[in-house]
Amino acid sequence: MTAIVGVPLVRTNPVALSRGYRFEMVKLVSQWRIRLLMVACLIAPAAYSAVVSQQTSLPTDAVYGRLMNQSGWAGSLAILVFLGTLLLPLLTSVVAGDIFAVEDRLGTWRHLLVAVRSPRRIFVSKALAALTVILVLLVCLMVSSTTGGLVSVGSHPLPGLDGHLIGSAELARTVVLAWLTVVPPTLAFSAVGLLGSVALGRSPLGLLAPVALALVLMGVQVMPVPVALRVALPTNAFIAYRGLFTDPAQLGPFWVGLVVSLSWTVLATLLAYRLFVRRDFTDLANDGSSRLVLRGFAPLAVLVVVTTVVVAATTGATGSGIEKAKVEAALSTSFSNLYVLQTDQLNRPPVTVSQLGTTTSCEKGGSRVTDEGAGAGWRCTVTWTLPGTTAVGTAIYQLEIAPEGRYVADGDGPKEVNGFFQVRTPAGDAPNPLWQFDGVVDLLGS
Amino acid sequence: MHPFDAVRARSVVKTFGDVIALDGVDLDVAAGQIHGLVGPNGAGKTTLLGLVLGLAAADAGTLEILGMPMGRALSVADGVAGFVDGPGLYPTLTARQNLMTLLALRGERTSRSREVDELLGRVGLAEVSGDAVRGFSLGMRQRLGLAAALLGGPRLLVLDEPANGLDPAGRRQVHDVLTDLADSGATVVLSSHRMDDLASLCDEVTLLSAGRVVFSGPVHKLAAESGELDYRLITSDPEGARGVADGTPSLRRVTARNGSRQGDEQALVVRGPEAALDRLVAQLIGAGIAIRELGPVVPPLEAAFLALTGTEADINAEETTR
Repeated sequence: MTAIVGVPLVRTNPVALSRGYRFEMVKLVSQWRIRLLMVACLIAPAAYSAVVSQQTSLPTDAVYGRLMNQSGWAGSLAILVFLGTLLLPLLTSVVAGDIFAVEDRLGTWRHLLVAVRSPRRIFVSKALAALTVILVLLVCLMVSSTTGGLVSVGSHPLPGLDGHLIGSAELARTVVLAWLTVVPPTLAFSAVGLLGSVALGRSPLGLLAPVALALVLMGVQVMPVPVALRVALPTNAFIAYRGLFTDPAQLGPFWVGLVVSLSWTVLATLLAYRLFVRRDFTDLANDGSSRLVLRGFAPLAVLVVVTTVVVAATTGATGSGIEKAKVEAALSTSFSNLYVLQTDQLNRPPVTVSQLGTTTSCEKGGSRVTDEGAGAGWRCTVTWTLPGTTAVGTAIYQLEIAPEGRYVADGDGPKEVNGFFQVRTPAGDAPNPLWQFDGVVDLLGS
Repeated sequence: MHPFDAVRARSVVKTFGDVIALDGVDLDVAAGQIHGLVGPNGAGKTTLLGLVLGLAAADAGTLEILGMPMGRALSVADGVAGFVDGPGLYPTLTARQNLMTLLALRGERTSRSREVDELLGRVGLAEVSGDAVRGFSLGMRQRLGLAAALLGGPRLLVLDEPANGLDPAGRRQVHDVLTDLADSGATVVLSSHRMDDLASLCDEVTLLSAGRVVFSGPVHKLAAESGELDYRLITSDPEGARGVADGTPSLRRVTARNGSRQGDEQALVVRGPEAALDRLVAQLIGAGIAIRELGPVVPPLEAAFLALTGTEADINAEETTR
């Protein structure tokens, strides 16, 4: 037998973080489902955008869905709506929700620890790799949806959510910004995915933690909850981009969403990290699923309470955030901008928004119902005057307002103004911008 | 200068909740030795190997690996490699990719790729190096896991049941690799349920039972711990042989259990010291009874294992009245 003599004492040298990150990336990219997901993200949005924009029936439920046949940018924005509801949480589930659990399934934790020599670096490498793949998938979705729309319809101006016309160049910038605004909530859901993957191990609930969370929060969002709670949920950050499509931009929801999303990201990541580095890797039977779920997720519930209180205190927002005055102001602005647009379409003498002096009067569900909150019972009368005349124009709208502030205004006449879906222009029939349109009520505005 | 121990454990305690996995374990593994860990299920072998690999920290006691005291933090010392509870392999990668990604982790992808091919050849996987691991048998995975552990030339190799799932040829191959490694000066600590593996491979063995060391030393000394063995005889006259055995001093006749080997209804199983067995053989021959087969029911190492771990009652025979 050979004895080793005089060998110096050994040290523990964890592998470099960059190499651990590459190792995790290789493993992720070698998975077929990740490859398929990437291909799907590259093809499906483009195909959807290209096909749907050529249809007569458009997805009017989605903001900008009704305008998909008018500009290629609308397709990208309509897809952004679908992403925020469930698709992005699902993507984070598939990638981040499985990044730790996969090692439990394969029984490779010990191998990984021996190879990397540092649980901390394993955690960071895995988190960064998952984040990279998720962001790449997000970029694929953005490029695909935009390309599909632009190729099939082309780059044309679109009205904003307050009716002002946004030119193609500004639209391009705003659409890219809109996609960037979903990065923070995507990070938040990715962090929840990491937490689920660490805390619940092989359990399917661990894999689906982001989706389960999204479903719960969506359930909360459709209820008549106080506006402070609504905007303090990370799902609200997915729709904060709507504020970019008004002039001036309604940035309140975006900033709140950014702070909320980053808070969720940091807290969920720290919780996942703490659970991970304390895990006993010699106990194969313990994949974390026996750990108290409350220990992992309860602090997130506390975060919701804290952020709700902070939002309420800093913005002074109370109730649903959908009040009569706000609705009237939003509809007046949208109508004025769209009327200018329609005037231009019809080749009439140009008018400006200030010349119209538009005022709106709204009520909800008759005299017995408070004029406040979401619902389909809003009825508004818009009045305006044209320069050089004393006659007052009047138009009726039925409004359906969603709890998160988006409304659909449905023109109820007169026919010449907003009662018909088309207008006769010198170049032929064209969609009537005043007939049906999307708008947004600033929930945090005063 | 004195040779140092590759592994030195003193009074190591490790618990999982209420379960005491290791209860004051002392262990010395000299550098360059192949040391076997053996014990019944739940004895603490895997836990001990996990501590040596740095996958967990002991609750009490001291553990030195390659001369370095292990701290509380989970970390594997440089020069230590191996696996517990099966090799960790990624099924979506090929055998070669599994090893190359490990090299890449160490930043040695380009300079050491030849080593990967050589290792795959040494463990008999050269021909399937481009196949995804998901299609590998258990034995192939074991061999690939061994190759992964050998990357970079470890000074201490820790293996949990490395012969699991291997056919005789594969087992021979693994034995050769481990013997070569020990000959080059590295230390190997392995666990196995197969006493014949340990006997043919290890310089020393440590026998664990219920988290405690019940024997540690050379293999031949373990065999001496077996005490009285049971011997199985097939004779030309079973009835006559039983009568002779009953009349032999210091010898007890035991009966085979259900599920014994085919033909055991004709077999005579006796227990006693070797001298008494010698007398029985002489008397049988003297009585004109031919002995067709004679051997221990349980090999000496296995018997020692059973005796020292308190599981002797589980052997394939039970004592009956003479």
